[in-house]
Amino acid sequence: MNSTIAYIIIGVSVLFIIGIKLLASPKTARIGNLIAAAGMLIALVSLHKPTGGYVWSQGWAFNYTLIAIGTVIGLAIGAIGAYSVKMTAMPQMVAMFNGLGGGAAALVASLEFERVAHSNAGITAFGAGSMLFATLIGSLSFSGSIIAYLKLEGKFEKPMTFPGQNILNGLILLVILGLCGFLTFNASGGNAATAFIVMFCLALFFGVAMVMPIGGADMPVVISLLNSFTGLAVAADGFAIDNLAMVVAGTLVGSSGTLLTLLMCKAMNRPVTNVLFGAFGSGGGGGAAAAGVVGTVKPIQADEVALLLAYAQRVVVVPGYGMAVAQAQHSVRELTEELGKRGVEVQFAIHPVAGRMPGHMNVLLAEANVPYDQLIEMEQINP
Amino acid sequence: MEPNIPDIIFIFVLAIFVGIEVISKVPSMLHTPLMSGTNAIHGIIFFGGILVLADATTLLAQVLGFVAVVFGSANVFGGFMVTDRMLQMFKKKKK
Repeated sequence: MNSTIAYIIIGVSVLFIIGIKLLASPKTARIGNLIAAAGMLIALVSLHKPTGGYVWSQGWAFNYTLIAIGTVIGLAIGAIGAYSVKMTAMPQMVAMFNGLGGGAAALVASLEFERVAHSNAGITAFGAGSMLFATLIGSLSFSGSIIAYLKLEGKFEKPMTFPGQNILNGLILLVILGLCGFLTFNASGGNAATAFIVMFCLALFFGVAMVMPIGGADMPVVISLLNSFTGLAVAADGFAIDNLAMVVAGTLVGSSGTLLTLLMCKAMNRPVTNVLFGAFGSGGGGGAAAAGVVGTVKPIQADEVALLLAYAQRVVVVPGYGMAVAQAQHSVRELTEELGKRGVEVQFAIHPVAGRMPGHMNVLLAEANVPYDQLIEMEQINP
Repeated sequence: MEPNIPDIIFIFVLAIFVGIEVISKVPSMLHTPLMSGTNAIHGIIFFGGILVLADATTLLAQVLGFVAVVFGSANVFGGFMVTDRMLQMFKKKKK
């Protein structure tokens, strides 16, 4: 790698880091996203092969036609998905894009493994290890994300469990790791191709088996976890094809995604192990409900509400997902504007997991033109 | 070119800490866009797809590489677009 490319990669990495950093504040989030996208564009334009050749000056072979067609198809899928998805269906969309990324990571690693294993130089244990890791994690993320997508779409939303599931999953994982170990040291042997295909299929199946027992309400945590998995798979691909930009980007996503997963679990008041394996223990989340609710329900009429609101000094709206399903957020915004004209101070108290994933409610209210400085988090609104 | 393994691992380890550091103070209102944004960044696998497809020699490698390019392209373009669509709605109150 000559030093010019190295400097470009450093610049691209800085853009990614700044992009993620700016994404963490509502004022700068949009700029942050665009900065990260600019970094991606620079990386694409300056893309070099591991051997040092500039990708876009190798003559126009048939493979480049394929690259162009594939890029356009992917662009179309991405654009249609991104601009047609309803804001309430946002978690599914993220799951789908994440799954595609995972699938791509697994395919890249598989092809590279196949190619290097049969090259004259042969494969190093480090190279084989990172390619197998990327294949395993990428395909697991692919199938897991698709299940998460289907669950959020309302297909088999209930957790699916059967006795001995944990043990079966553990056994599958052991077999996968055993095959990986075998392949690391026998990359080009007679059985290698079979072992690789079996490993790939088992990893796909493991992704399904891992997500199936988890309920639809916990899917956001699963998607966030699979997102960081895909990041790690991309980083491992970066190791394998010696592309530092991929290592940096993948690792950033892997580590920030892991932290984000933990933050989400914290916001939902559940330990991460409970989310991932909670379906197996029967008692897990039932404690609060079992204690029973005491008190009386007092119904209220619309005109009474209007009276109360009009003469209040300060009104705090605590929206739930039902508001978004009923598409009532626009009416709620109009209501708060009317109250604002009367001098009533209106705020929204957002529970961290209102909506279908943490922060989803903020997106839904933002869509209804509620300014984000009226949206207050749970910790701030409760003094 | 033989990759310098300790150098790469050095970068990897530092990047882990950077990744944790940059989002340590993110408010939960931005969890959804942040997940979507980082999702777009790992779309850099698109380049991995380009690199393997550019050097593909067998039909199988071309087919799988093609699929990888389609997936990666959808991930990276779709990811950034959907994040932008979400974030353009975050506005301050108009005075």
